[in-house]
Parts: sequence; C-alpha cells; structure tokens
Amino acid sequence: MNTLKKLLGVVWMLLAPAIICFLVYQANLKIMAASESTKANVILQWAIILIIFIPICVGFFLFGKYAATNEYAQLPSSSEEI
Amino acid sequence: MITGKTIVMNAEKKQSSIAFVIGASSVGTLIEWYDFYIFGMLATILSKQFFPAEAGTAALLSTLAIFAAGFIVRPFGALVFGRLGDLIGRKHTFLLTLVIMGGSTFAIGLVPGFATIGWAAPIIVLVLRLLQGLALGGEYGGAATYVAEHAPAGQRGFWTSWIQTTATLGLFLALGVIILIRSNQGVENFSAEWGGWRYPFWISILLVGVSVLIRMRMSESPMFTKLKSEGKTSANPLKESFGNKANFKMVLLALFGAVMGQGVVWYTGQFYAQSFIETVCKIDFVQSRNIMLVAILMATPCFVIFGWLSDKIGRKWIMLLGMLLAILTYRPIYKEFIAITSASNRTQIVDYRITKAGPLMPLVDAKDKHKMYIRQVIDTAYLDGSHFKYTITDTLIGFNELGVNRPINLLNPTLIKYKSPKPNVVIEKTMGKSATWDIIWLIFIQIVYVTMVYGPIAAFLVEMFPTKIRYTSMSLPYHIGNGVFGGLVPFLGTLIVEFTKTSANPAGDVLAGLWYPIGVAAVCFIIGLVYLSNKVDQNVMD
Repeated sequence: MNTLKKLLGVVWMLLAPAIICFLVYQANLKIMAASESTKANVILQWAIILIIFIPICVGFFLFGKYAATNEYAQLPSSSEEI
Repeated sequence: MITGKTIVMNAEKKQSSIAFVIGASSVGTLIEWYDFYIFGMLATILSKQFFPAEAGTAALLSTLAIFAAGFIVRPFGALVFGRLGDLIGRKHTFLLTLVIMGGSTFAIGLVPGFATIGWAAPIIVLVLRLLQGLALGGEYGGAATYVAEHAPAGQRGFWTSWIQTTATLGLFLALGVIILIRSNQGVENFSAEWGGWRYPFWISILLVGVSVLIRMRMSESPMFTKLKSEGKTSANPLKESFGNKANFKMVLLALFGAVMGQGVVWYTGQFYAQSFIETVCKIDFVQSRNIMLVAILMATPCFVIFGWLSDKIGRKWIMLLGMLLAILTYRPIYKEFIAITSASNRTQIVDYRITKAGPLMPLVDAKDKHKMYIRQVIDTAYLDGSHFKYTITDTLIGFNELGVNRPINLLNPTLIKYKSPKPNVVIEKTMGKSATWDIIWLIFIQIVYVTMVYGPIAAFLVEMFPTKIRYTSMSLPYHIGNGVFGGLVPFLGTLIVEFTKTSANPAGDVLAGLWYPIGVAAVCFIIGLVYLSNKVDQNVMD
C-alpha cells in the first residue's frame, strides 16, 4: 500500500503542473477566439479560473510531494502527534 | 449521595442541553445558508436587474461569476474568522458572522437596478456578495466545531449531522420563500426593478434578528473554555495550522481526499440539477422549484441516518461510496432528464394543439422603430398530462426600396419591405404527474449521494485537528472544497457547455458540464481510497 501511495504521489506531482498548463492553454485559446464584444467577459472568466486554480494546483503538487516521500504512510492517531 | 434518580436527571439535563446547542447552532446556520442561496436561486432575475438589458447570456454568466465570487472568498472568511474563533472563542465569532451575513443580504435587497444607477449596481452587489461569502466562511466551521465539542464521544457523527441538514434546509427555505412570493405576485410584479424578488432579501433581517437573540443565550464551548482557563489556546492559529508541516499535511489530505469530492457532489445534486432541469430541459420556473422542494424534503432525513451510521462503521466508506455512485450515475441520470422531458417520447393529444396568438398581432419596438415583433404561442398537450408551451417571436425589420432601414409604419405597411431574422423560441414545459415523479426520484437519488458525502463530513473534519487550532484548520479545507470546487459547479458547468457550441451544433453538448464534477470526484475518490483512514477518533479533547 505504501508503494502505491508513493507512486500515486508522483502522479499528483505531475498532474498539478499539467492542469496549470491545460488551463493556461485553454484560456489563451478561448480569449483569442472571442469576438470583440465578448472579449472582456471571456478574459474576466478565465482570470477568475486561473487565479483560483493555480494556488490550488500548487497545494496539490505539495500533497503529491508529501505522498511521494511517504509522509502519509502513517497518519497521526491523536492530535498530540500533530 | 448519588441516587439512580440523580443519574437519570443528569442524563436528561445533558440531553436537553445538547438539543439546545444543536437547535441554536442550527437555526443560525440555516439562516446563513438561506441568505447565501437566495442569490443563486434568483440569478436569472438578478442578471436582468443589475446588468445591461442587451447583455443576455453574458449578463447571466456575469451574475453567476458574482455568485461564484461569494464562494471563492469563503476560504478567506475561514481564515479570518477561524483565527478569531481559535483566539476569542466559538460563540462570539459565529455571532459576528451571523450579523455580517444578515446585514449584507438585507442590503442586496436595497441596491437600485442597472437602469437607475448603471454600473454602480453590479459593483455594489459584488461587494455585498463578497461580505456574504466571508461571513459564511466563518460560520460553518464555528457551528460544526461548537456542536462537535458538546457532543458525547461515539455520537459525534449523529449530532453534527443535524448541522449538516441546515445547508439543505436553508436551500429549501430559500426555494419556499421565493415560490410563495412569486405565486402571490405574478411574474411581472415579481421581476420588476423594485418587485417581489427583493422580499426574500429583506426577510433575512427578521430571521437574523431572531437567531442572534437565540445565540446570545448560548454558552462557550466547554473544550475551548477549558483550554482558555489553562492558558493553552493558540497564540497564532494561522501559523500553527499552516506553518506546522504535520498539520498542513492533514489540511491537504482533508481537502483533496474528502472535501473537494464532497463539494462537487453537493453542488451538482442541489444546484446543477435545478439549473439543468430549468435551462436545458425547460421545465417551468415554479414546477422546477417544487420538484427540488419535494426531493430535498424526502432526502433530508438521510443526513442524520448517515451521520449516525458513520459513528458505527466509520466515516470514510460512507463518503467514498457516495462519491463513487455519483461518478458512475451522473451521466445516465442527466440523460434520463432529457429523455423524460422530450416531446418525442410522448403522445400528443389530437386537436389540442392551439395557437393562442396569431401572426396578426404585430408590435413595434418602443425604442427601435425599425423593428417589429410578431409573437405566436403554441400550447401542446400530451396524454400523460404534460403541457409544452412554445412562444415564438419573429423580429421583422423595416426597409425602404433602396434596402436602407426605415421606421415601420403599421398604418402604411405597403411602403415597407420586411426581412425576418431567425425567430426566438422560448419553451416552457409543465410536466404531467408521472413525469414529475420520475424527475423527483432522479433528484432524490442525487441528494441521497449528497447526504452520504456531507452527513459525516463535519465529524470527520473535527476529529482530524486539535482543539486549539480546530476552527482554523477545518474551516479552510471545508471552504476550498465547498466554496471553490463546489461553488464553481454551476459556473464551470455552464462554461464547459458554452465551449462545445459550434455553428453545426448551436446547442452544444448539454451533458459536457458534468465532466467537471465527475473528474474532481474521481480524483478525490482515488485519494480518499488510498490515503484516508476509517478510524473514528473518540477523543477530541486533545
């Protein structure tokens, strides 16, 4: 189980930047494709999405890093261990 | 001397004290949810009131973005008020959040429309919406912590599940109030600039007043009081929650392994479903809300059932099963919504197809005299009791002999040539009894998933973190999961469907919006399955 936790940790670490790249690519694509009348709205929508999801992806990367280094092998059994 | 009678009296006193704690906490939380949800319920009307009339879908998306902004700031509210709750206590903090929430909701009902104050209207509404989000970010963690810290060991899932019902009952209350006012006022009066849609916002001030009075009578959490008397409260809850790696790891695990999946299941079942049956399936405004009301009422007891069950068999498997069922069944359920409400699946009653308004009732646009509208209403009845109403509006534009636009003169129409662009068709469906129940059951199933993932979550989060930083630590993942991942379901779902629209397929893939909740729930399910423990922590005093 610990091996699986570590392997999946690497997957999460790779997935986090992949999601950021996908979002930036999509934002660029949609903003370029938007007509002049809707451009401001499309920029606003994608700005909201990027501002929110980039920090979350950073958190996801850290989660993956902790998992890959086996830090979730043993969860704390009481608050004193935290 | 302690007699049997004394023990029984003490047990009864304790039980009634917990009941008061649950009741007082729940009423306030329910009102905060009510305040928060009336905005989403009225999004279509708000987009017309606070944005330019010609903005159309862009206005609706902007309103949904303001709605989503309220969710996005929830994690910041969790940080601000969570810190306060760990520093000065649970009771005073969630009294403060209640007042902020009530005040900002009441104020939204007072903002003049775009027609009166222009762009100041959406800006003021956005600021008030942000205040609502901040307040809610502080409220839930406080109420859940407060109840859990009063609840006896081994019954924490059961008692905190009552707090969990408030989110759904708040939605129920919001829907009920809106339907009641709209039914009494009629569509025109309800949707006017100073119309009935404002009343649900104004009613909030009364509800909050009552709730503040009740909460003033509550005492501080016994665990927090004990910590405070021993001088063991945290000096810097934010630093201890997120600067301490051991605790931060648990915050990340709570978010990615439980709450983000719970958040999307919650908002798909209770918000996306309603939006889908109204905007995609075109079910009439009042009927779609009545369907939600019945489904919510039927499923609400399941919160308590799953909360109780989580005390017996652990929290993890109940939550993960709810997520898995959602992942596997969302697309079939939403396909079924389309099939049930489709005209091709029912038999039309012969000779009942009536045209209520013929093409001989033209109407010249009051602002643009070049335009004229011809409206035709076709009401079709089906054997199963369903009625589909199609309102077709054809826009005609006046031209002179040289092809130049000119004002339309109905008294002398021979001088004008007309060009008719694509007609606008508005569909309103009122479903028959059997179809209505089919839809209710499909929504009920989705809300049962909600109760599975949401019923045990408060106890699960409370048990994950130490008392001195519990309010801060549990509030942040909860509000990122629900506020951000969940709150964005309607907005991102609508946006994804927009992306699939092409000139060959102008309606787009109406089921495409589901990939967002399905994808998030799937990742969360895998993380929860592999990394979470099913052990119930009996001691939350540490």
